[in-house]
Amino acid sequence: MSSILNNNWNNPRQREIKTAMANGAYASLKKVFNMQPVEVTEEVKKSGLRGRGGAGFLTGMKWGFIPKNSKKTVYLINNFDESEPGTFKDRAIVEKDPHRMLEGMIIAAYAIGARTAYIYIRGEYYRQWEILEKAIAEACREGFLGKNILRSGFDLDIYQHRGAGAYICGEETALLSSLEGGRGYPRIKPPFPAIEGAWRCPTIVNNVETLSNLPFIMNNGAAAYRKFGTEKSPGTKLISASGHVNKPGVYEVEMGLPVRTFVEEHLGGVWKGRKLKGVVPGGSSFQVLTAEETSKCCLDFESCAGCGTSLGSGGFYVMDETTCMVKMLQYTAKFYEHESCGQCTPCREGTGWVSQIVRRIEEGHGRQRDLDLLIDVSKNMVNGRTICVFADALALPVISYVTKFRAEFEEHIKLGRCSLQNG
Amino acid sequence: MNFTFTPENKKKFDEYVKRYPQKRAALLPALWLAQEQNGWISGEVMEYLAGLLEVTPAFVYETVTFYTMYNKKPIGKHHIQVCNSVCCWLRGSEQTVDYLKRKLGVNVGESTADGRFHLSTVECLGSCGSAPMMQIDNDYFENLDEEKIDQILNELNTE
Ligand SMILES: Cc1cc2nc3c(=O)[nH]c(=O)nc-3n(C[C@H](O)[C@H](O)[C@H](O)COP(=O)(O)O)c2cc1C
Ligand code: SF4
Repeated sequence: MSSILNNNWNNPRQREIKTAMANGAYASLKKVFNMQPVEVTEEVKKSGLRGRGGAGFLTGMKWGFIPKNSKKTVYLINNFDESEPGTFKDRAIVEKDPHRMLEGMIIAAYAIGARTAYIYIRGEYYRQWEILEKAIAEACREGFLGKNILRSGFDLDIYQHRGAGAYICGEETALLSSLEGGRGYPRIKPPFPAIEGAWRCPTIVNNVETLSNLPFIMNNGAAAYRKFGTEKSPGTKLISASGHVNKPGVYEVEMGLPVRTFVEEHLGGVWKGRKLKGVVPGGSSFQVLTAEETSKCCLDFESCAGCGTSLGSGGFYVMDETTCMVKMLQYTAKFYEHESCGQCTPCREGTGWVSQIVRRIEEGHGRQRDLDLLIDVSKNMVNGRTICVFADALALPVISYVTKFRAEFEEHIKLGRCSLQNG
Repeated sequence: MNFTFTPENKKKFDEYVKRYPQKRAALLPALWLAQEQNGWISGEVMEYLAGLLEVTPAFVYETVTFYTMYNKKPIGKHHIQVCNSVCCWLRGSEQTVDYLKRKLGVNVGESTADGRFHLSTVECLGSCGSAPMMQIDNDYFENLDEEKIDQILNELNTE
Protein backbone atom coordinates (compact mmCIF):
# COMPACT_ATOMS: atom_id res chain seq x y z
CA MET A 1 0.00 0.00 0.00
CA SER A 2 1.32 3.41 -0.87
CA SER A 3 0.70 6.56 1.04
CA ILE A 4 0.45 10.30 0.50
CA LEU A 5 2.04 11.95 3.52
CA ASN A 6 4.49 9.65 5.23
CA ASN A 7 6.62 8.36 2.34
CA ASN A 8 9.81 9.87 3.67
CA TRP A 9 9.21 9.77 7.36
CA ASN A 10 11.88 7.21 8.07
CA ASN A 11 14.56 9.25 6.36
CA PRO A 12 16.23 11.12 9.22
CA ARG A 13 17.52 13.83 6.84
CA GLN A 14 14.16 14.60 5.29
CA ARG A 15 13.98 17.81 7.35
CA GLU A 16 16.86 19.22 5.34
CA ILE A 17 15.75 20.94 2.17
CA LYS A 18 18.36 19.27 -0.06
CA THR A 19 17.16 15.80 0.90
CA ALA A 20 13.53 16.85 0.73
CA MET A 21 14.07 18.28 -2.77
CA ALA A 22 15.81 15.14 -3.91
CA ASN A 23 12.63 13.37 -2.80
CA GLY A 24 10.44 15.70 -4.79
CA ALA A 25 9.70 18.58 -2.40
CA TYR A 26 8.61 21.82 -4.09
CA ALA A 27 8.35 20.04 -7.45
CA SER A 28 4.66 20.89 -7.77
CA LEU A 29 5.28 24.64 -7.77
CA LYS A 30 6.38 24.89 -11.42
CA LYS A 31 3.11 23.35 -12.49
CA VAL A 32 1.07 25.39 -10.02
CA PHE A 33 2.54 28.71 -11.15
CA ASN A 34 1.66 27.84 -14.74
CA MET A 35 -1.97 27.57 -13.74
CA GLN A 36 -4.39 30.34 -12.88
CA PRO A 37 -5.15 30.51 -9.15
CA VAL A 38 -8.79 29.54 -9.79
CA GLU A 39 -7.63 26.47 -11.66
CA VAL A 40 -5.70 25.40 -8.58
CA THR A 41 -8.81 25.86 -6.46
CA GLU A 42 -10.80 23.87 -9.02
CA GLU A 43 -8.35 20.98 -8.86
CA VAL A 44 -8.56 20.95 -5.06
CA LYS A 45 -12.36 21.04 -5.29
CA LYS A 46 -12.27 18.06 -7.63
CA SER A 47 -10.02 16.13 -5.27
CA GLY A 48 -12.72 16.29 -2.60
CA LEU A 49 -10.09 17.14 0.04
CA ARG A 50 -11.70 17.82 3.40
CA GLY A 51 -10.26 19.71 6.34
CA ARG A 52 -8.23 17.62 8.77
CA GLY A 53 -8.52 20.06 11.69
CA GLY A 54 -11.73 18.51 13.00
CA ALA A 55 -14.71 19.69 11.01
CA GLY A 56 -14.01 17.95 7.70
CA PHE A 57 -15.09 20.97 5.66
CA LEU A 58 -14.36 20.86 1.92
CA THR A 59 -11.11 22.73 1.40
CA GLY A 60 -11.70 23.91 -2.16
CA MET A 61 -15.15 25.17 -1.29
CA LYS A 62 -13.80 27.15 1.66
CA TRP A 63 -11.21 28.81 -0.57
CA GLY A 64 -14.02 29.72 -2.96
CA PHE A 65 -15.60 31.93 -0.27
CA ILE A 66 -12.80 34.48 -0.57
CA PRO A 67 -14.47 37.54 -2.15
CA LYS A 68 -13.45 37.81 -5.80
CA ASN A 69 -12.81 41.48 -6.41
CA SER A 70 -11.94 42.66 -2.94
CA LYS A 71 -9.12 45.17 -2.66
CA LYS A 72 -8.29 43.93 0.81
CA THR A 73 -5.21 41.93 1.69
CA VAL A 74 -5.82 38.17 1.90
CA TYR A 75 -4.20 36.03 4.59
CA LEU A 76 -3.49 32.33 4.88
CA ILE A 77 -3.18 30.78 8.32
CA ASN A 78 -1.83 27.34 9.00
CA ASN A 79 -3.41 26.03 12.19
CA PHE A 80 -0.72 24.19 14.13
CA ASP A 81 -2.27 24.68 17.56
CA GLU A 82 -2.85 20.94 17.97
CA SER A 83 -4.02 20.74 21.58
CA GLU A 84 -6.95 18.34 21.62
CA PRO A 85 -6.38 15.38 23.94
CA GLY A 86 -5.48 12.43 21.73
CA THR A 87 -4.23 14.48 18.79
CA PHE A 88 -0.53 14.57 17.96
CA LYS A 89 -0.35 14.05 14.21
CA ASP A 90 0.49 17.54 12.94
CA ARG A 91 3.56 17.41 15.07
CA ALA A 92 4.66 14.27 13.20
CA ILE A 93 4.40 16.06 9.85
CA VAL A 94 6.47 18.98 11.09
CA GLU A 95 9.09 16.83 12.76
CA LYS A 96 9.48 14.44 9.84
CA ASP A 97 8.72 16.35 6.67
CA PRO A 98 8.28 20.10 7.26
CA HIS A 99 8.94 21.05 3.64
CA ARG A 100 5.89 19.17 2.44
CA MET A 101 3.79 21.39 4.66
CA LEU A 102 5.52 24.58 3.49
CA GLU A 103 5.01 23.54 -0.12
CA GLY A 104 1.33 23.03 0.67
CA MET A 105 1.16 26.50 2.16
CA ILE A 106 2.68 28.03 -0.97
CA ILE A 107 0.09 26.26 -3.11
CA ALA A 108 -2.80 27.41 -0.91
CA ALA A 109 -1.52 30.98 -0.69
CA TYR A 110 -1.19 31.15 -4.48
CA ALA A 111 -4.72 29.83 -4.97
CA ILE A 112 -6.34 32.31 -2.59
CA GLY A 113 -4.08 35.24 -3.41
CA ALA A 114 -2.31 35.57 -0.06
CA ARG A 115 1.09 37.24 0.07
CA THR A 116 1.51 36.74 3.81
CA ALA A 117 0.88 33.52 5.68
CA TYR A 118 1.18 32.71 9.36
CA ILE A 119 1.72 29.42 11.11
CA TYR A 120 -0.07 29.51 14.43
CA ILE A 121 1.94 27.08 16.53
CA ARG A 122 1.13 26.09 20.10
CA GLY A 123 3.58 27.54 22.61
CA GLU A 124 4.66 24.18 23.99
CA TYR A 125 5.94 23.05 20.61
CA TYR A 126 9.21 24.90 21.04
CA ARG A 127 11.45 22.38 19.26
CA GLN A 128 8.97 22.16 16.41
CA TRP A 129 9.07 25.95 16.21
CA GLU A 130 12.85 25.71 15.81
CA ILE A 131 12.50 23.08 13.10
CA LEU A 132 10.13 25.33 11.18
CA GLU A 133 12.26 28.47 11.61
CA LYS A 134 15.08 26.54 10.00
CA ALA A 135 12.90 25.08 7.25
CA ILE A 136 11.46 28.50 6.39
CA ALA A 137 14.94 30.02 6.22
CA GLU A 138 16.07 27.20 3.91
CA ALA A 139 13.03 27.64 1.67
CA CYS A 140 13.78 31.37 1.43
CA ARG A 141 17.37 30.66 0.50
CA GLU A 142 16.29 28.29 -2.28
CA GLY A 143 13.90 30.88 -3.64
CA PHE A 144 10.63 29.10 -2.74
CA LEU A 145 9.62 31.94 -0.43
CA GLY A 146 10.09 35.68 -0.66
CA LYS A 147 9.80 37.82 -3.75
CA ASN A 148 9.02 36.58 -7.23
CA ILE A 149 9.12 32.89 -6.40
CA LEU A 150 10.62 30.86 -9.27
CA ARG A 151 10.18 33.97 -11.45
CA SER A 152 6.42 33.56 -11.26
CA GLY A 153 5.79 37.09 -10.07
CA PHE A 154 4.22 35.59 -6.95
CA ASP A 155 5.51 36.75 -3.55
CA LEU A 156 4.99 35.01 -0.25
CA ASP A 157 6.31 35.44 3.28
CA ILE A 158 5.61 32.86 5.98
CA TYR A 159 5.89 33.76 9.66
CA GLN A 160 5.35 31.73 12.78
CA HIS A 161 3.16 33.04 15.57
CA ARG A 162 3.63 31.20 18.85
CA GLY A 163 0.67 30.68 21.13
CA ALA A 164 1.16 30.52 24.86
CA GLY A 165 -0.88 27.68 26.28
CA ALA A 166 -4.58 27.92 25.49
CA TYR A 167 -6.46 25.10 23.75
CA ILE A 168 -9.21 27.44 22.59
CA CYS A 169 -6.77 29.23 20.26
CA GLY A 170 -7.14 26.27 17.90
CA GLU A 171 -10.69 27.42 17.21
CA GLU A 172 -10.21 29.55 14.13
CA THR A 173 -11.74 32.81 15.34
CA ALA A 174 -10.01 32.54 18.74
CA LEU A 175 -6.84 31.99 16.76
CA LEU A 176 -7.44 35.27 14.95
CA SER A 177 -7.91 37.12 18.24
CA SER A 178 -4.66 35.64 19.48
CA LEU A 179 -2.86 36.47 16.24
CA GLU A 180 -3.92 40.08 16.69
CA GLY A 181 -2.32 40.20 20.13
CA GLY A 182 -5.32 39.79 22.39
CA ARG A 183 -6.92 37.15 24.55
CA GLY A 184 -7.89 34.06 22.60
CA TYR A 185 -11.58 34.82 22.54
CA PRO A 186 -13.68 33.22 19.79
CA ARG A 187 -15.81 35.59 17.73
CA ILE A 188 -19.39 35.29 16.62
CA LYS A 189 -19.79 33.82 13.11
CA PRO A 190 -20.82 35.14 10.64
CA PRO A 191 -18.82 36.89 9.42
CA PHE A 192 -16.72 33.86 8.60
CA PRO A 193 -12.96 34.34 8.38
CA ALA A 194 -13.01 33.91 4.61
CA ILE A 195 -14.97 37.18 4.44
CA GLU A 196 -13.67 38.97 7.52
CA GLY A 197 -10.78 37.32 9.30
CA ALA A 198 -7.41 38.59 10.44
CA TRP A 199 -7.49 42.40 10.72
CA ARG A 200 -10.94 42.21 9.13
CA CYS A 201 -9.44 40.94 5.90
CA PRO A 202 -10.38 37.75 4.02
CA THR A 203 -8.54 34.88 5.70
CA ILE A 204 -8.33 31.15 5.16
CA VAL A 205 -7.50 28.97 8.13
CA ASN A 206 -6.39 25.44 7.28
CA ASN A 207 -4.92 22.64 9.30
CA VAL A 208 -1.32 21.40 8.91
CA GLU A 209 -2.41 18.02 7.55
CA THR A 210 -4.91 19.54 5.14
CA LEU A 211 -2.21 21.73 3.62
CA SER A 212 0.27 18.87 3.49
CA ASN A 213 -2.03 16.97 1.14
CA LEU A 214 -1.82 19.68 -1.51
CA PRO A 215 1.57 18.82 -3.07
CA PHE A 216 0.34 15.30 -3.89
CA ILE A 217 -2.88 16.62 -5.37
CA MET A 218 -1.11 19.18 -7.55
CA ASN A 219 1.61 16.75 -8.64
CA ASN A 220 -0.67 13.85 -9.45
CA GLY A 221 -4.06 15.38 -10.03
CA ALA A 222 -7.41 15.09 -8.30
CA ALA A 223 -8.21 11.74 -9.91
CA ALA A 224 -5.07 10.13 -8.50
CA TYR A 225 -5.94 11.50 -5.08
CA ARG A 226 -9.42 10.06 -5.26
CA LYS A 227 -7.97 6.59 -5.77
CA PHE A 228 -7.42 6.68 -2.02
CA GLY A 229 -10.21 6.50 0.50
CA THR A 230 -13.94 6.64 -0.02
CA GLU A 231 -16.20 8.61 -2.34
CA LYS A 232 -17.02 11.28 0.25
CA SER A 233 -13.84 11.03 2.29
CA PRO A 234 -11.08 10.78 -0.30
CA GLY A 235 -7.44 10.38 0.57
CA THR A 236 -5.70 9.14 3.65
CA LYS A 237 -5.92 10.25 7.25
CA LEU A 238 -3.25 10.52 9.86
CA ILE A 239 -4.49 8.83 12.99
CA SER A 240 -2.65 9.49 16.22
CA ALA A 241 -3.29 6.45 18.38
CA SER A 242 -2.81 6.26 22.12
CA GLY A 243 -4.16 4.68 25.26
CA HIS A 244 -4.25 0.98 25.98
CA VAL A 245 -2.71 -0.44 22.82
CA ASN A 246 0.52 -2.23 22.12
CA LYS A 247 1.83 0.13 19.48
CA PRO A 248 0.72 3.72 19.97
CA GLY A 249 1.89 6.25 17.39
CA VAL A 250 0.97 8.19 14.26
CA TYR A 251 -0.35 6.08 11.38
CA GLU A 252 -1.39 7.06 7.87
CA VAL A 253 -4.38 4.98 6.83
CA GLU A 254 -6.68 5.05 3.87
CA MET A 255 -10.01 6.58 4.75
CA GLY A 256 -12.56 3.85 5.30
CA LEU A 257 -10.33 1.44 7.24
CA PRO A 258 -12.41 -0.48 9.80
CA VAL A 259 -11.66 0.55 13.38
CA ARG A 260 -11.20 -3.08 14.45
CA THR A 261 -8.67 -3.75 11.70
CA PHE A 262 -6.80 -0.63 12.72
CA VAL A 263 -6.64 -1.74 16.35
CA GLU A 264 -5.72 -5.34 15.62
CA GLU A 265 -3.36 -4.97 12.67
CA HIS A 266 -1.82 -1.53 13.02
CA LEU A 267 -1.81 -1.02 16.76
CA GLY A 268 -0.97 -4.60 17.66
CA GLY A 269 -4.19 -5.03 19.59
CA VAL A 270 -5.19 -4.02 23.10
CA TRP A 271 -2.28 -4.16 25.54
CA LYS A 272 -1.70 -6.80 28.20
CA GLY A 273 -3.95 -9.21 26.33
CA ARG A 274 -7.00 -7.42 27.69
CA LYS A 275 -10.36 -6.85 26.07
CA LEU A 276 -11.48 -3.67 24.37
CA LYS A 277 -13.92 -1.51 26.30
CA GLY A 278 -14.22 1.69 24.32
CA VAL A 279 -12.65 3.90 21.66
CA VAL A 280 -12.70 7.61 21.06
CA PRO A 281 -11.81 7.81 17.37
CA GLY A 282 -11.55 11.53 16.70
CA GLY A 283 -10.31 13.37 19.77
CA SER A 284 -11.76 14.17 23.19
CA SER A 285 -14.41 16.52 21.78
CA PHE A 286 -16.45 13.67 20.38
CA GLN A 287 -18.51 10.73 21.56
CA VAL A 288 -17.01 7.52 22.89
CA LEU A 289 -17.81 4.26 21.10
CA THR A 290 -18.45 1.01 22.96
CA ALA A 291 -16.52 -2.07 21.90
CA GLU A 292 -19.61 -3.32 20.15
CA GLU A 293 -20.06 -0.08 18.22
CA THR A 294 -16.45 -0.15 17.03
CA SER A 295 -17.10 -3.30 15.03
CA LYS A 296 -19.38 -1.32 12.72
CA CYS A 297 -17.26 1.79 12.50
CA CYS A 298 -14.73 2.77 9.86
CA LEU A 299 -12.19 5.58 9.81
CA ASP A 300 -13.87 8.05 7.48
CA PHE A 301 -16.12 11.04 8.07
CA GLU A 302 -19.40 9.38 7.05
CA SER A 303 -18.94 6.14 8.91
CA CYS A 304 -17.96 7.88 12.14
CA ALA A 305 -20.92 10.25 11.83
CA GLY A 306 -23.18 7.28 11.16
CA CYS A 307 -21.96 5.73 14.42
CA GLY A 308 -22.82 8.88 16.31
CA THR A 309 -19.32 10.24 16.71
CA SER A 310 -16.77 12.00 14.51
CA LEU A 311 -13.47 11.32 12.82
CA GLY A 312 -12.57 14.81 14.08
CA SER A 313 -8.85 15.36 14.06
CA GLY A 314 -8.00 11.65 14.22
CA GLY A 315 -7.14 11.65 17.92
CA PHE A 316 -7.81 7.97 18.47
CA TYR A 317 -7.59 6.49 21.95
CA VAL A 318 -8.38 3.10 23.30
CA MET A 319 -9.65 2.00 26.69
CA ASP A 320 -9.22 -1.55 27.92
CA GLU A 321 -11.67 -3.49 30.08
CA THR A 322 -10.16 -2.24 33.36
CA THR A 323 -10.79 1.43 32.59
CA CYS A 324 -13.09 3.27 34.98
CA MET A 325 -15.42 5.26 32.74
CA VAL A 326 -16.29 7.64 35.57
CA LYS A 327 -12.65 8.55 35.90
CA MET A 328 -12.32 8.76 32.13
CA LEU A 329 -15.13 11.29 32.03
CA GLN A 330 -13.69 13.13 35.02
CA TYR A 331 -10.41 13.61 33.18
CA THR A 332 -12.22 14.69 30.03
CA ALA A 333 -14.34 17.21 31.95
CA LYS A 334 -11.31 18.55 33.81
CA PHE A 335 -9.75 19.46 30.49
CA TYR A 336 -12.76 21.45 29.31
CA GLU A 337 -13.24 23.14 32.65
CA HIS A 338 -9.64 24.28 32.47
CA GLU A 339 -9.79 25.44 28.86
CA SER A 340 -13.15 27.27 28.59
CA CYS A 341 -12.43 30.86 27.64
CA GLY A 342 -15.26 32.00 29.88
CA GLN A 343 -17.11 34.32 27.51
CA CYS A 344 -20.44 32.45 27.46
CA THR A 345 -22.37 31.55 30.60
CA PRO A 346 -23.59 28.08 29.51
CA CYS A 347 -20.01 27.08 28.74
CA ARG A 348 -18.18 28.74 31.64
CA GLU A 349 -20.69 27.51 34.22
CA GLY A 350 -21.59 24.28 32.44
CA THR A 351 -18.03 22.98 32.12
CA GLY A 352 -17.43 23.78 35.78
CA TRP A 353 -20.62 22.08 36.92
CA VAL A 354 -20.11 18.97 34.87
CA SER A 355 -16.60 18.67 36.14
CA GLN A 356 -17.69 19.14 39.75
CA ILE A 357 -20.51 16.61 39.51
CA VAL A 358 -18.35 13.95 37.89
CA ARG A 359 -15.61 14.52 40.45
CA ARG A 360 -18.17 14.13 43.21
CA ILE A 361 -19.36 10.84 41.73
CA GLU A 362 -15.82 9.60 41.26
CA GLU A 363 -14.91 10.38 44.86
CA GLY A 364 -17.88 8.46 46.16
CA HIS A 365 -20.24 11.28 47.05
CA GLY A 366 -22.53 11.01 44.03
CA ARG A 367 -26.28 10.62 44.03
CA GLN A 368 -28.25 8.64 41.48
CA ARG A 369 -30.02 11.78 40.29
CA ASP A 370 -26.64 13.28 39.39
CA LEU A 371 -26.69 11.25 36.19
CA ASP A 372 -29.81 12.94 34.85
CA LEU A 373 -28.46 16.23 36.10
CA LEU A 374 -25.30 15.71 34.02
CA ILE A 375 -27.36 15.06 30.92
CA ASP A 376 -29.57 18.03 31.67
CA VAL A 377 -26.68 20.44 32.11
CA SER A 378 -25.06 19.10 28.95
CA LYS A 379 -28.20 19.53 26.89
CA ASN A 380 -28.18 23.18 27.90
CA MET A 381 -24.71 23.61 26.48
CA VAL A 382 -25.35 22.51 22.90
CA ASN A 383 -27.02 23.75 19.72
CA GLY A 384 -25.85 27.27 19.30
CA ARG A 385 -26.27 28.61 22.83
CA THR A 386 -22.66 29.71 22.81
CA ILE A 387 -20.27 31.70 20.63
CA CYS A 388 -18.26 28.66 19.57
CA VAL A 389 -18.72 24.89 19.64
CA PHE A 390 -16.28 24.34 22.50
CA ALA A 391 -19.27 23.86 24.82
CA ASP A 392 -20.64 21.10 22.57
CA ALA A 393 -17.23 19.51 22.68
CA LEU A 394 -17.73 18.66 26.34
CA ALA A 395 -21.49 18.17 26.29
CA LEU A 396 -21.45 15.48 23.58
CA PRO A 397 -18.85 13.29 25.28
CA VAL A 398 -20.63 13.64 28.63
CA ILE A 399 -23.93 12.50 27.20
CA SER A 400 -22.22 9.59 25.45
CA TYR A 401 -20.29 8.30 28.48
CA VAL A 402 -23.25 8.61 30.86
CA THR A 403 -25.74 7.04 28.44
CA LYS A 404 -23.57 4.24 27.11
CA PHE A 405 -22.01 3.24 30.43
CA ARG A 406 -24.92 4.14 32.65
CA ALA A 407 -24.89 0.89 34.61
CA GLU A 408 -21.25 1.44 35.50
CA PHE A 409 -21.94 5.00 36.67
CA GLU A 410 -24.85 3.76 38.78
CA GLU A 411 -22.70 1.05 40.30
CA HIS A 412 -19.96 3.56 41.10
CA ILE A 413 -22.47 5.79 42.87
CA LYS A 414 -23.92 2.87 44.81
CA LEU A 415 -20.56 1.54 45.96
CA GLY A 416 -19.00 4.95 46.38
CA ARG A 417 -16.02 3.73 44.34
CA CYS A 418 -15.06 1.98 41.17
CA SER A 419 -15.92 -1.68 40.97
CA LEU A 420 -13.25 -2.41 38.38
CA GLN A 421 -9.96 -1.26 39.79
CA ASN A 422 -8.21 -1.84 43.03
CA GLY A 423 -7.45 1.82 43.62
CA MET B 1 13.59 47.56 38.64
CA ASN B 2 13.04 48.97 35.20
CA PHE B 3 12.87 46.55 32.31
CA THR B 4 14.20 47.20 28.84
CA PHE B 5 15.10 44.80 26.06
CA THR B 6 18.78 44.13 25.51
CA PRO B 7 19.93 45.71 22.24
CA GLU B 8 19.90 42.28 20.62
CA ASN B 9 16.34 41.57 21.75
CA LYS B 10 15.23 45.05 20.75
CA LYS B 11 16.40 44.20 17.24
CA LYS B 12 14.41 40.97 17.28
CA PHE B 13 11.41 42.86 18.58
CA ASP B 14 11.60 45.40 15.73
CA GLU B 15 11.74 42.48 13.33
CA TYR B 16 8.58 40.96 14.85
CA VAL B 17 6.65 44.21 14.55
CA LYS B 18 7.28 44.25 10.82
CA ARG B 19 5.57 40.89 10.38
CA TYR B 20 2.10 42.23 11.13
CA PRO B 21 -0.06 44.99 9.65
CA GLN B 22 -0.80 46.24 13.17
CA LYS B 23 1.73 46.84 15.91
CA ARG B 24 -0.16 45.25 18.79
CA ALA B 25 -0.12 41.88 17.04
CA ALA B 26 3.52 41.63 18.05
CA LEU B 27 2.47 41.38 21.71
CA LEU B 28 2.64 37.59 21.98
CA PRO B 29 6.10 37.28 20.44
CA ALA B 30 7.25 40.30 22.46
CA LEU B 31 6.09 38.64 25.66
CA TRP B 32 7.99 35.47 24.75
CA LEU B 33 11.10 37.51 24.20
CA ALA B 34 10.67 39.35 27.48
CA GLN B 35 10.10 36.12 29.38
CA GLU B 36 13.24 34.65 27.86
CA GLN B 37 15.20 37.66 29.07
CA ASN B 38 13.54 38.23 32.45
CA GLY B 39 12.24 34.79 33.45
CA TRP B 40 8.74 36.10 34.08
CA ILE B 41 6.34 38.86 33.10
CA SER B 42 6.53 41.55 35.77
CA GLY B 43 4.51 44.75 35.95
CA GLU B 44 7.54 46.61 34.60
CA VAL B 45 7.69 44.29 31.60
CA MET B 46 4.03 44.92 30.88
CA GLU B 47 4.42 48.69 31.09
CA TYR B 48 7.49 48.63 28.90
CA LEU B 49 5.79 46.55 26.20
CA ALA B 50 2.65 48.70 26.37
CA GLY B 51 4.82 51.70 25.61
CA LEU B 52 6.61 50.01 22.72
CA LEU B 53 3.41 48.69 21.15
CA GLU B 54 1.30 51.78 21.81
CA VAL B 55 -1.39 49.98 23.79
CA THR B 56 -2.52 50.44 27.38
CA PRO B 57 -0.86 48.44 30.15
CA ALA B 58 -4.36 47.05 30.85
CA PHE B 59 -4.45 45.55 27.35
CA VAL B 60 -1.12 43.85 27.94
CA TYR B 61 -2.29 42.62 31.34
CA GLU B 62 -5.45 41.12 29.83
CA THR B 63 -3.46 39.21 27.26
CA VAL B 64 -0.82 38.01 29.72
CA THR B 65 -3.35 36.66 32.17
CA PHE B 66 -5.23 34.71 29.49
CA TYR B 67 -2.31 32.45 28.60
CA THR B 68 -0.92 29.83 30.96
CA MET B 69 2.62 29.86 29.63
CA TYR B 70 3.47 33.42 30.59
CA ASN B 71 4.80 33.27 34.14
CA LYS B 72 3.07 35.80 36.33
CA LYS B 73 5.64 35.30 39.05
CA PRO B 74 9.24 34.10 39.19
CA ILE B 75 9.47 30.31 39.19
CA GLY B 76 12.15 27.70 39.82
CA LYS B 77 15.08 27.44 37.44
CA HIS B 78 13.68 24.39 35.67
CA HIS B 79 9.97 24.17 35.07
CA ILE B 80 8.74 20.57 35.13
CA GLN B 81 5.32 20.24 33.56
CA VAL B 82 3.80 16.80 33.70
CA CYS B 83 0.96 16.09 31.34
CA ASN B 84 -1.96 14.85 33.38
CA SER B 85 -4.64 14.91 30.72
CA VAL B 86 -6.92 12.19 29.40
CA CYS B 87 -4.54 10.04 27.36
CA CYS B 88 -1.57 10.35 29.69
CA TRP B 89 -3.84 9.28 32.54
CA LEU B 90 -4.65 6.11 30.59
CA ARG B 91 -0.94 5.33 30.63
CA GLY B 92 -0.31 6.08 34.29
CA SER B 93 0.44 9.80 34.60
CA GLU B 94 -0.97 9.89 38.15
CA GLN B 95 1.91 7.70 39.28
CA THR B 96 4.37 9.92 37.43
CA VAL B 97 3.07 12.97 39.28
CA ASP B 98 3.21 11.15 42.62
CA TYR B 99 6.74 10.01 42.01
CA LEU B 100 7.93 13.52 41.14
CA LYS B 101 6.22 14.97 44.20
CA ARG B 102 7.98 12.50 46.45
CA LYS B 103 11.29 12.83 44.72
CA LEU B 104 11.32 16.62 44.76
CA GLY B 105 9.54 16.98 48.08
CA VAL B 106 7.07 19.53 46.75
CA ASN B 107 3.42 19.68 45.85
CA VAL B 108 2.14 20.54 42.43
CA GLY B 109 2.44 24.31 41.97
CA GLU B 110 5.50 24.63 44.22
CA SER B 111 9.22 25.13 43.77
CA THR B 112 11.93 23.19 45.56
CA ALA B 113 13.61 24.99 48.48
CA ASP B 114 16.80 25.50 46.47
CA GLY B 115 14.75 27.07 43.65
CA ARG B 116 16.03 24.59 41.08
CA PHE B 117 12.73 22.97 40.14
CA HIS B 118 9.13 24.03 39.85
CA LEU B 119 6.50 21.31 39.45
CA SER B 120 3.25 21.77 37.52
CA THR B 121 0.68 19.50 35.99
CA VAL B 122 -0.71 20.57 32.64
CA GLU B 123 -3.32 19.56 30.11
CA CYS B 124 -2.54 17.71 26.88
CA LEU B 125 0.89 18.46 25.40
CA GLY B 126 0.35 16.51 22.17
CA SER B 127 2.44 13.57 23.26
CA CYS B 128 -0.29 11.01 23.98
CA GLY B 129 1.43 8.26 22.00
CA SER B 130 4.52 8.43 24.22
CA ALA B 131 2.79 8.77 27.56
CA PRO B 132 3.52 9.31 30.38
CA MET B 133 5.56 12.38 29.61
CA MET B 134 6.71 15.72 30.93
CA GLN B 135 8.08 18.92 29.53
CA ILE B 136 11.10 20.46 31.23
CA ASP B 137 11.73 23.97 29.97
CA ASN B 138 11.73 23.62 26.17
CA ASP B 139 12.11 19.85 25.91
CA TYR B 140 9.75 16.89 25.99
CA PHE B 141 10.71 13.75 27.89
CA GLU B 142 8.53 10.84 26.85
CA ASN B 143 7.75 7.22 27.76
CA LEU B 144 8.72 7.92 31.36
CA ASP B 145 9.33 5.46 34.14
CA GLU B 146 10.97 6.03 37.52
CA GLU B 147 14.41 5.08 36.36
CA LYS B 148 14.22 7.47 33.44
CA ILE B 149 12.99 10.31 35.65
CA ASP B 150 15.90 9.74 38.06
CA GLN B 151 18.34 9.91 35.21
CA ILE B 152 16.85 13.09 33.73
CA LEU B 153 16.83 14.92 37.06
CA ASN B 154 20.35 13.79 37.86
CA GLU B 155 21.60 15.24 34.63
CA LEU B 156 19.89 18.55 35.35
CA ASN B 157 21.28 18.56 38.88
CA THR B 158 24.86 18.09 37.79
CA GLU B 159 24.84 20.62 34.98
C1 LIG C 1 -12.39 24.17 20.45
C2 LIG C 1 -11.80 23.99 19.10
C3 LIG C 1 -10.44 23.70 18.97
C4 LIG C 1 -9.86 23.53 17.72
N1 LIG C 1 -8.52 23.23 17.64
C5 LIG C 1 -7.96 23.05 16.41
C6 LIG C 1 -6.57 22.78 16.28
O1 LIG C 1 -5.84 22.68 17.27
N2 LIG C 1 -6.06 22.62 15.04
C7 LIG C 1 -6.83 22.73 13.92
O2 LIG C 1 -6.33 22.60 12.82
N3 LIG C 1 -8.14 23.00 14.01
C8 LIG C 1 -8.72 23.17 15.22
N4 LIG C 1 -10.06 23.47 15.29
C9 LIG C 1 -10.81 23.64 14.03
C10 LIG C 1 -10.62 25.06 13.48
O3 LIG C 1 -11.60 25.91 14.05
C11 LIG C 1 -10.77 25.10 11.97
O4 LIG C 1 -11.99 24.52 11.63
C12 LIG C 1 -9.69 24.37 11.22
O5 LIG C 1 -8.41 24.83 11.59
C13 LIG C 1 -9.88 24.58 9.74
O6 LIG C 1 -8.92 23.87 9.01
P1 LIG C 1 -9.32 22.68 8.03
O7 LIG C 1 -10.51 23.13 7.23
O8 LIG C 1 -8.12 22.48 7.20
O9 LIG C 1 -9.66 21.52 8.91
C14 LIG C 1 -10.66 23.64 16.56
C15 LIG C 1 -12.01 23.92 16.69
C16 LIG C 1 -12.58 24.08 17.94
C17 LIG C 1 -14.04 24.39 18.03
S1 SF4 D 1 -18.40 28.36 24.02
FE1 SF4 D 1 -16.94 28.38 25.71
S2 SF4 D 1 -14.94 28.47 24.72
FE2 SF4 D 1 -16.47 29.05 23.14
S3 SF4 D 1 -16.57 31.28 23.27
FE3 SF4 D 1 -18.15 30.50 24.65
S4 SF4 D 1 -17.11 30.39 26.66
FE4 SF4 D 1 -15.52 30.58 25.12
